[in-house]
Amino acid sequence: MTRKHDITLTINGHDHAITVDARRTLADAIRDQCGQTGTHIGCEHGVCGSCTLLLDGVPVRSCLIFAVQCVGVAIRTVEGLAQGDELHPLQRSFIEHHALQCGFCTPGFLMLAVGILENEPNISDADLRAALSSNLCRCTGYANIVKAVRAAADELRAGP
Amino acid sequence: MDKVLGQSVPRLEDPPLITGRGRFAADINFPHQLHMRVVRSPHAHAEIRSIDTQEALALPGIHGVWTASDIPDIGPVDLRADRAAEVLKPYRQPVLAKGRVRYVGDPVAAVFAEDPYLAEDGAELVAVDYAELPAIVSVDDPLGEFAPGVGTEVAIIPYSYGDTEAAFAAAHAVVELDLLTGRHSGVPMETRGAIGRYDAAKDILELHGAAKVLHRNKETLIRMLGRKPSGLHLYESHVGGGFGIRGEVYPEDVLVLAAAQRFGRPVKWIEDRHEHLMCANQGRQQHHWARMAVDAEGRILAMEDTFHHDQGAYIRTHGVVVPNLTMCLFTGLYRVPAYRARAHVRLTNKTPCATYRAPGRYEASFVRERLMDAAAAKLGMDPIEIRRRNLITKAEMPYTIAFDEPEAKDGEIDSGDYALLLDKTLAHVGWDSLGPELARRRAQGELVGAGIGMFLEEGGLGPSDGARIAVDTEGDVEVITGGASLGQGFETSMAQICAEALGVDYRRIRVIHGQTDRIPYGIGAHAARTTVMTGNAVHATALAVRAKALDVASEILQTPGDELVIADGTVTRRGRATGPSITLGEIAAFLAPASKNRGAHAPGLNAEEFFNTTETVFPYGIHFAVVRIDEETGHVAVERFVVAYDVGRAVNPMLVEGQLVGGCIQGLGGALYEEFAYDPHGQPLAVTFADYLMPTAAEVPDVEVLLTEDAPSPHNPLGIKSAGEGGINGVGAAIAGAIDAAISTPGAVTQLPVSPQRMRELLRDRQA
Repeated sequence: MTRKHDITLTINGHDHAITVDARRTLADAIRDQCGQTGTHIGCEHGVCGSCTLLLDGVPVRSCLIFAVQCVGVAIRTVEGLAQGDELHPLQRSFIEHHALQCGFCTPGFLMLAVGILENEPNISDADLRAALSSNLCRCTGYANIVKAVRAAADELRAGP
Repeated sequence: MDKVLGQSVPRLEDPPLITGRGRFAADINFPHQLHMRVVRSPHAHAEIRSIDTQEALALPGIHGVWTASDIPDIGPVDLRADRAAEVLKPYRQPVLAKGRVRYVGDPVAAVFAEDPYLAEDGAELVAVDYAELPAIVSVDDPLGEFAPGVGTEVAIIPYSYGDTEAAFAAAHAVVELDLLTGRHSGVPMETRGAIGRYDAAKDILELHGAAKVLHRNKETLIRMLGRKPSGLHLYESHVGGGFGIRGEVYPEDVLVLAAAQRFGRPVKWIEDRHEHLMCANQGRQQHHWARMAVDAEGRILAMEDTFHHDQGAYIRTHGVVVPNLTMCLFTGLYRVPAYRARAHVRLTNKTPCATYRAPGRYEASFVRERLMDAAAAKLGMDPIEIRRRNLITKAEMPYTIAFDEPEAKDGEIDSGDYALLLDKTLAHVGWDSLGPELARRRAQGELVGAGIGMFLEEGGLGPSDGARIAVDTEGDVEVITGGASLGQGFETSMAQICAEALGVDYRRIRVIHGQTDRIPYGIGAHAARTTVMTGNAVHATALAVRAKALDVASEILQTPGDELVIADGTVTRRGRATGPSITLGEIAAFLAPASKNRGAHAPGLNAEEFFNTTETVFPYGIHFAVVRIDEETGHVAVERFVVAYDVGRAVNPMLVEGQLVGGCIQGLGGALYEEFAYDPHGQPLAVTFADYLMPTAAEVPDVEVLLTEDAPSPHNPLGIKSAGEGGINGVGAAIAGAIDAAISTPGAVTQLPVSPQRMRELLRDRQA
């Protein structure tokens, strides 16, 4: 029925050659065809942000974009955050601040936060809270997520 | 690490979840699997005239399409065995609708395909001819017929004690309220998912993606599918939130199992969000007519409550537990000499309802605390003072609420010092200065006010739960439980309990849960009972392992057992850091089956023990809110929210606080934003996250938690109570009181949620 497209997705620096229908979302393609299931699908209509990842450094909801639109784009997912056993400061901060319970929304929040802090390292508390309000969490009540991101921001800004 | 119980240690669960290596239902795949898509009713109530599956079946990649006639041998989704009242059975939900659909979302057909996208294509091609029928949308609508001779009022359930009639006749004053609680649900971030797999080599049918109460669900599924107990197992992996609604048996669970067996291929179903908001259990929707009699000093003489409970289209696995929970602790922390309640459990043509975090309790607390506020207003008393005057005192503990009805379970409150928690709460908020400060701000025209909601919870319902613990020759520990993890930190808290009792580092303990093939019994994770029941089972088992280890060590070290201690996995003489020692791993090797040294000892450093109890635990709490209302927009800003809660004893205060804060924000959603609304034809109006408005980081206050351990439970060795529902229970009550105070209109709030629209109406009414 629909024409198949041979494409290559570049996820965390690795190329994945896959064949997809034009209608296959990026979220489905990276999960089901590239085996990267750390990106979660929570609503499929762009509200909850669980599927947030970075496209060329910008946080994007991967349920709202097709895989065929992402050729030649640097895709970063939660699987690419830690360097070997060395966790990203945000990952460490989420553990230290108990910023996750069930962990389902966590990859989306982490990638959203990475995008925010890389693009706006000096973000104010109010702007940070507003930016983080684009994703939903049902377990934590958000306070610990906001604290964790704030602490990581301060650490990243202070430098190694 | 010496002391670990009661410490806020980091969670064992976090590393995989933080690195994208979790394993949620959608992450589970089996080779050669099929994907299921469910065709659902677009009507609230209709006859099914015909279903044409030919066009769908002709689509390439479609493996099969089922309607009710394809599974004639499978009965409706069963009630849990212990709640299987005969009167409820006619109202159970068929796995696929038979001749009639009863809510928008009711499963009508199932499409099985090679790919989930193709399954959706196929589902769109299933043509169903419906003849619409009138829908019952409001629980107050006239009753109808569910089936010939079977009405839509399922049951009228009484709870009562004392002479309410005499009390009302003799009352100094009576307050009477008409109150509504809105339809909400848990809405976990992970939708439901179920993967059925048939292992022909072992003749075992497997359900993956299971959650919450796996052993009970196994019993239900065995009955429904005619399997032997050894021929069906459930497997829990990561679960993206539960809140009471995830992990019950739903039609889709039965379908993937039946299809996996019939097709001989694994069958995977992942719910989408649209389906979730129409099909997963909802709750909370009740209409109450309540009244309370008081004397001239504000002492309660009697409470009465009659309510309509909106059950939705069918009776699901829980039966009528929610209306029972509404009534059994309705009187809360107060001494109420006479009480009479009647629940009218009624069906409507809406999504079926069951338990959502603090089921029945959130509703009851709203009604009861509204009565307290109304009585205070009527008598011109301070709302806090009238509450204090009616609190059950510490000296009265244990305190029994005994009902006249033999089938109503009495409330046998184990311990509590409610006045102390009230004092601590008021001190924490600085009420002596905060009260006048709010009054001053109101005088200056600000719409600010404070409200309070006090509540009793019950958890730790038995009767029994067990655990198995084994230490391997490396000294690592495996704890096998029948508990379940929904994200609450189960593994960490069980590891802490085991570590403390056994004397090992909690990070060397692997906690198994939610695997019915590893342990034959288990209570799962529900009704705030996991930490109490499974925790005490783990504690008892760890002590048994410890006793065995010391027994062996005393032989080897030639030292009486009572002179030995275990710390960090090593047995030494008390008070001697150096000197003879032996590790638990070495003891395990000593006890290996083929060990020459084992002697008369049973093989293995392991044990299995049970914790049995006929008693429950009663944690309690106070919610305190300060709100500021924007007169123009109707926005209710929560300036402060305090959750004061006595948990008996906290296994891990960080996890308890996490439960309380998260629950509180869910409660704020229900108090201010969230609502499953329906149009007059029974069409659901909130089927996306753009319509069902859950709190985001922008709306929430920084919840202040005042965690106390003043009343440990005498009913279990650890003294622990439960924490899962203490954050949400009184939120609606406290917010309602705060809004009343902010607009200086006692009794203004009669309905939850107080959405901005409703808030604007209240402001208009006030001006009129």
